[in-house]
Amino acid sequence: MNVEQKEPARGGAIETREIVAGFDTREVLHGISMQIQPGQVTALIGPSGCGKSTFLRCLNRMHELVPSAFIRGSVQLDGQEVYDPELDPVFLRRRVGMVFQKPNPFPSMSIRDNVLAGLTLTNRLKASEADLLVERALNQAALWDEVKDRLKSPGMSLSGGQQQRLCIARSLAVDPDVLLMDEPCSALDPIATARVEDLIQSLAGDYTIIIVTHNMQQAARVSSRTAFLLSGELVEFAETNTIFTSPRDQRTEDYITGKFG
Amino acid sequence: MKKNHEIWYERGFLLLCGFSVLLPLAILFYFVAQVVMDGFGRLSLQFLLGFPSRFAEQAGVLPGLVGSFYLLLITGLIALPIGVGAAVYLEEYGKRSRLATLIEVNISNLAGVPSVIYGLLGLAVFVRALGMGRSILAGGCTLAFLVLPIVVISTREALRTVPQGFREASAALGATKWQTIRGVVLPEAMPGILTGAILALSRALGETAPLVVVGALTYVTFLPNSLNSPFTALPLQIYNWVSRPQAAFAANAAAGIVVLLILMLAMNMIAVILRGRMQNRR
Ligand SMILES: Nc1ncnc2c1ncn2[C@@H]1O[C@H](COP(=O)(O)OP(=O)(O)OP(=O)(O)O)[C@@H](O)[C@H]1O
Ligand SMILES: [Mg+2]
Repeated sequence: MNVEQKEPARGGAIETREIVAGFDTREVLHGISMQIQPGQVTALIGPSGCGKSTFLRCLNRMHELVPSAFIRGSVQLDGQEVYDPELDPVFLRRRVGMVFQKPNPFPSMSIRDNVLAGLTLTNRLKASEADLLVERALNQAALWDEVKDRLKSPGMSLSGGQQQRLCIARSLAVDPDVLLMDEPCSALDPIATARVEDLIQSLAGDYTIIIVTHNMQQAARVSSRTAFLLSGELVEFAETNTIFTSPRDQRTEDYITGKFG
Repeated sequence: MKKNHEIWYERGFLLLCGFSVLLPLAILFYFVAQVVMDGFGRLSLQFLLGFPSRFAEQAGVLPGLVGSFYLLLITGLIALPIGVGAAVYLEEYGKRSRLATLIEVNISNLAGVPSVIYGLLGLAVFVRALGMGRSILAGGCTLAFLVLPIVVISTREALRTVPQGFREASAALGATKWQTIRGVVLPEAMPGILTGAILALSRALGETAPLVVVGALTYVTFLPNSLNSPFTALPLQIYNWVSRPQAAFAANAAAGIVVLLILMLAMNMIAVILRGRMQNRR
C-alpha cells in the first residue's frame, strides 16, 4: 500500500441502474438510477423513511446483511458490477467505506487501534507502516493535533465530534475510493458539525463522497451535486446550486422550502 | 391525591418486600456467623497445609484444596472453549436454523437438571465407557458438563449486549464475519464472558453430589499427581468431617466451610469487578 501520497486521479465512479430494494415483501426503493462522478461530494436528501439509508447500504452491500433484505438491479463501481456473484462483498467494502450516524469507535480499542482496526481485523497491517498510517489517517480526519499525545487512550474517551472524526479516520485508513456517510453530523453539536463539514470538503477530490443529510444548509455547503429522494423514487438529481435555487420539480421545491418532510 | 387506603397498600407491600429480602439474609447471616465462630479457631496454616488425620486437631484440608484447584482447572479448560464456541455458533451463525433452535431448548433444560444426574452421566461416560476410572480427569470432565449450560447461556447473553452497530462498523471496514467476531465482538463481550465463566467455576467448586457418584474419595492422604490420580475435593472433605460423630471434627468441617466460602466470595468478587468495568466502559 502506498502510504506517502495519494495520486489525485483515482477511481470511485458509481453508477446504479434500476435499484429495487426492500425488506421481506415491502419494496422501499422503486428503481433508482444514478451516476455519481468520482471525487465529487453528492448529497442525498429526502424526508425520513424515503429510503436514503437503504440506498446508501445498497452501494457497499451492507443492505444484504439484514436477513429479510432483497435487492435487484445493478450497481457498478468504476465499471465493475458490485453485485457480481463472484465478487466477495468483503473486498468491495474495503473500497467503499462507511461512516454511521452515531459515532461508533470500538470501545475495547485505543484511538490508535481504532484507526488501524480495518487493517488489523483483516490481518493486513504491516507493523512498520502502522505509525505513518495512523498519523496520515488522523491528519486527513483533522484529528491528529488533538489526539497525538494520547493515542493509547480509549477511543471512547473522546468527545462525540472527535469520535466521529476518529471513525472517519478509521474508514480512511483502509484507503477506500468511496466514502458513504449516513447523517454523520446528526449526533454532533454545531461546532463539531462545522469541523466535520470542513473535513468533508477537504476530502473531496481524493474521495467520492455520498452524504445523507437532513440539513439543507449542510447539503448546500458541502456537496456539488444533490439528489432528492421521495418514497423510494429519485425525484431530482442535479447540481446542488440548481436544486436549491431553481429545482425543476415542484416536490423538490416544496421539500427544500420546508413545505413538508 | 392518593386515597388513604392506596397509601396503606403501598406501605404494606413495601414492608412485605423488605421482609422477604431481610429474612433470607438474616438466616444466611446467622448461619455464616455460626460457622465462622465454630471454625475460626481451627483455621491455621497447618490446617490449610495439612492432610486428613484420625486426630481432628492435626487434620488439614490440603488434598481437598489441591484437588478442587485441579478440578477447576480441568473443568475450565474443557467447559470454556466448548461453551464459548457453542454460544458463538448459536448467537452469531445459527440464529434461525432448526438445529440451533433444538440445541437452544435443550441447553435451557440442561441447566435445570439436578447435579446428581450429571454424576451418573459422568460415571457412565467418563469413568466406564471412556475408561478414565475414578480419576480427577473423570471428575473434571463431569463438572465441565455440569457447568457447560451456564457458560453457554452467560456467553450468549454477553454476545447479545454487544451493539449491532459495532458488527456493522467492522463489516463496513471489509472484515469477514469471523474476523468481526474474533476482533470486535468477542473482545467487547469478554468481561461478560469472563463473569459467566467465573460464576460457572464457582458453581463447580461447590458441587459435591456428582463427585460422590463419580467416585471421589473422602479420605485422601496424598496429592493428585496425574490426571489418572484418585482425588478428593474441598466440599467432599467437609462432607466427610460433618458425618463424623466427634465434636472436634465438626469444628474442622466449619473451618473447611469458611475456606470454601472465602474462595467462592473471592471468585464472585472478581466477577462483580469485571462486570463493573464492563458497565463503566459503555
Ligand atoms: N431492517 C429493516 N427491516 C425492515 N424495514 C426496514 C429496515 N430498515 C429500514 N426499513 C424500512 O425501510 C424504509 C426506508 O428506511 P431508510 O432507513 O432507508 O429511510 P431513511 O430515508 O434513511 O430515513 P431517515 O431519514 O429517518 O434515516 C422505512 O420505511 C423503514 O421502515
Ligand atoms: Mg437513514
